Amino acid sequence: MTAILLFEQLLNGLQFGMMLFLMSAGLTLVFGVMGLINLAHGVLYMVGAFACAIIAGLTGSFWLGLMASLIVAAMAGALIEVGVIRKLYQRDHLDQVLATYALILIFSGATRWLFGAFPLYLDVPEILSTPVNLFGLLDYSSYRLFIIGIGITVALGLYFLIAKTRLGMRIRAGASDREMIAALGVDIRTLYTLVFALGAALAGLAGALLGAVQSVEVGMGDSVLILAFVVIVIGGIGSIKGAFIGALLVGLVDTMGRFLLPYLFALVLPPDTAASVGGALSSVAIYILMAVILIVKPKGLIAANG
Amino acid sequence: MGNLTIEYKLNVSLVLLLLAIPAIALMLDEPFYITLATKVVILALAGVGLNLALGLGGLISFGHAAFFGIGGYIAGILASHSLNAELMFTLAGTEFDGTTNMLVIWPLALLVSALVAVFIGYFSLRTKGVYFIMITLAFAQMIYYFAIAWPAYGGEDGLSIYVRNQFMGLNTLDPIIFYGICFALLMSVLLLVSKLKNSHFGSALQAARQNEQRLAAVGIRPFGIKLTAFVISAMITALAGALFADLNRFVSPDMFSWHTSGEIMIFVILGGVGRLFGPVVGAGLFILFEYYLGGLTEHWALFLGLVLLAVVLFARGGLVGLIAGEVKHD
Repeated sequence: MTAILLFEQLLNGLQFGMMLFLMSAGLTLVFGVMGLINLAHGVLYMVGAFACAIIAGLTGSFWLGLMASLIVAAMAGALIEVGVIRKLYQRDHLDQVLATYALILIFSGATRWLFGAFPLYLDVPEILSTPVNLFGLLDYSSYRLFIIGIGITVALGLYFLIAKTRLGMRIRAGASDREMIAALGVDIRTLYTLVFALGAALAGLAGALLGAVQSVEVGMGDSVLILAFVVIVIGGIGSIKGAFIGALLVGLVDTMGRFLLPYLFALVLPPDTAASVGGALSSVAIYILMAVILIVKPKGLIAANG
Repeated sequence: MGNLTIEYKLNVSLVLLLLAIPAIALMLDEPFYITLATKVVILALAGVGLNLALGLGGLISFGHAAFFGIGGYIAGILASHSLNAELMFTLAGTEFDGTTNMLVIWPLALLVSALVAVFIGYFSLRTKGVYFIMITLAFAQMIYYFAIAWPAYGGEDGLSIYVRNQFMGLNTLDPIIFYGICFALLMSVLLLVSKLKNSHFGSALQAARQNEQRLAAVGIRPFGIKLTAFVISAMITALAGALFADLNRFVSPDMFSWHTSGEIMIFVILGGVGRLFGPVVGAGLFILFEYYLGGLTEHWALFLGLVLLAVVLFARGGLVGLIAGEVKHD
């Protein structure tokens, strides 16, 4: 194990964290502003990936596909919000969990019906397909660096949107007192649809970006959804800053755990046992992290609404 | 309580229907229906477990797959040691090679799931609302990924149980006998839960759901009540898991997956939250859906989703609620 290898793993963890942030930002906004648990968020990730793969396949341009993922996911999000989600704001969490679980079944089933069970093909764009040399030390995937770049850009953009714009002010107001902002004459229904579509677009973007390195298939959003929930619970539900910190924590702990734990156990255990114990423990590391954080701080690292 | 409500009549008809299923299946010459009904009974049992925590206690556990899987793996691990005559552990000089006796497997499944539930519940019950949903999910995911990554008991491939476990010398491979065992267990647990519901404990639990401050004000600590309910609920679901392992003669990490937690929750909601026979109706409907729609189209999950969505949006008391009306308070 060398310092260079460690550095490479750190970058991988950072990239994973950025992807998780794109996924969690919408989830945490929707919970913070509308008080809704949305299990169907993973579906939007899948929709984005499919849109990107199909448009990129038709036009031959990954970038057009990426645009399409944003637009199609935002439209799907708006559609879901107006058709179903809107009726759930006044319901308890149980109804929300069930109804959005039903949405997963519906969207996954419909996608499988339309596109079949086989994965679609989506390739990394040519310009990002060659590794770049970092500081003369290692060759690193330029596509992964691109994802890190997008993550940082989105984080800054969201910060600007929430902190500096009128829309952001309304979102913050909506998160802290829903009735009051409606009473002040803000069109709360449109605001909710906008917030939902924004979160959906980011999830779609994450799906498209990751679709190029993993496979584009039905059910691809499931495991990411659970990870995004871990992220927002760790960060404190409703807080974008919390989602950012949580995403980086989960990304780094997961990646570094998988890398380091087998080495660490090999110091005290025979190699075979070390590999299996290390492997088993590293795959649950983030859930242990989440449980510990919740036990110490039951509302996550950054409690959004006091 | 004296006059018979619609719900009571519905429950009695359900029991009679379940009793008659082996005869109906034989009459139609469709022995497979017995296996299907066994699946309904076992999944209903898992739902009855969750319903105790969710319906009576208002504890929305999104992690009951953990207990379902623990029950399954206890049955699978004990049976695999016994069938392969492998040493499991040595306790005080006695060697233990696992067992295929259900009367040993069940208590062990109950014991282990209770211990795990005390641990999970102790930490999870400090959180509320959405955090409780998520922390129970996180614990279940921990066990899920652990089961996948741990190679000793099959890892991702799961474990096969070549011969169904033994019960008092009966031929458990006979579908009717195995159905009878599962049916008897479901009925006993339903009886227990209905007694529990009407006991002091049941009242305290429902009070904990409705208003914790008031419960605390009359001198009962809600935490202990909720933890007890969570543990009993987990044990029932684990028992169902052990039976499910025997039904399929196979256990896999899928039993721990969050989809399993979601499905157990669906049984409860489809039938009617907090209704004694709600999970029986829910599981029955789910299996009918899976079997008949699954036979017609491979996209049955899509239609299940539509029905589920309709039930959540428009039929809030579940199916039992639709038939029997709102819960009456007397």
